Amino acid sequence: MNERMVQLDVLRYDPQIDDEPHFQRYEVPCKEEWVVLDALNAIKESIDPTLNYRWSCHMAVCGSCGMMINGEPRLSCHAFLRDFEGVIRVEPLANFPIERDLVTVADDFIDKLKRVKPYLIPGETRSIDEGEYIQTPAQLMKYRHFSMCINCMLCYAACPQYALQPLFLGPAAITLAHRYNLDSRDGGRDERQQVIATNEGVWECSFVGACSEVCPKAVDPAGALQQVKVASTLDWFREHLLPGDTK
Amino acid sequence: MSRRPFVRQVSRTRWYFKHSRYLRYMSREVTCVFIGAFALLLLCAVERLSEGQAAYESFLAAITGPWSILGLSIVLIFAVHNAISWFNVTPKALPVQIGEGFLPGRFIVAAHYAAWILISLAVLFFAGVL
Repeated sequence: MNERMVQLDVLRYDPQIDDEPHFQRYEVPCKEEWVVLDALNAIKESIDPTLNYRWSCHMAVCGSCGMMINGEPRLSCHAFLRDFEGVIRVEPLANFPIERDLVTVADDFIDKLKRVKPYLIPGETRSIDEGEYIQTPAQLMKYRHFSMCINCMLCYAACPQYALQPLFLGPAAITLAHRYNLDSRDGGRDERQQVIATNEGVWECSFVGACSEVCPKAVDPAGALQQVKVASTLDWFREHLLPGDTK
Repeated sequence: MSRRPFVRQVSRTRWYFKHSRYLRYMSREVTCVFIGAFALLLLCAVERLSEGQAAYESFLAAITGPWSILGLSIVLIFAVHNAISWFNVTPKALPVQIGEGFLPGRFIVAAHYAAWILISLAVLFFAGVL
């Protein structure tokens, strides 16, 4: 197996010592098939055990190891070293406060995710005797691609609107709300609309499209947000132009 | 152990230089300035038209000089850039589901170009150019 020395500039921040983050260079013997996460693991195991970062599955499923790699939001388990030349710059995900080294504070995202109620709110209650909620393959395909979100927050790191207006609910939260709104078994759209069809919700989005470009699961959050805008606009026309409460 | 998260500041005036995709976005957004300017020009045209034939003809003479044509050409370039960049992203906002699949985005984009051409031809026809 071929090995080569790879240089990584890793942003370090120790809240007990540092006033601000600084880069630290590591030279790591790496195998050809390694990803950036493997190099970080090698640093932690053999060079510097004080390095902090999050990871779990190593297969682009858990969404824990998102980082800025050469300025681009990437899953470090999905960023092959062979695709980079020269020194690789590794930083914590942009637009989130740094807790320590490559670990960010994700509280804001988690709070926003809770607010959009990203779970099924059945439109009709059925007893167990009445059987399961039936869904056709066509009904499933309507939202399936949006359900692939792994909450990795890369879309938040890429979104300049979130960077400039931290109150913005952001791409993933609104996409997951849309995913449940599109689900034929769900009846919670009115509750979610009160959160997402607001100035700090979908109307803060100006369709930069960066979220979809960096999404590692091809979820297309930008598409979801534009669809929420179209649906919310139609709601407004129904409420204001049609007689009676037709919402 | 006390927490002391570090917040990185984002420049409110230079953030779009950080990545080419942000510059691409800004190039689309800046087109609104030129399209807004052209909308104002159209309003001026309507106002001069309401003042009579002589006023309108002097307005037409004013906007057919070389500098006006250069300015209008720049506006046209930005308007075309605006239309193309928005047409190309319409499949995201208006997906068309057919059974268990989706109509390929290129058909939705093509429909917008077809509508653009037809409406342009209709405008030219009613303007007496065709």
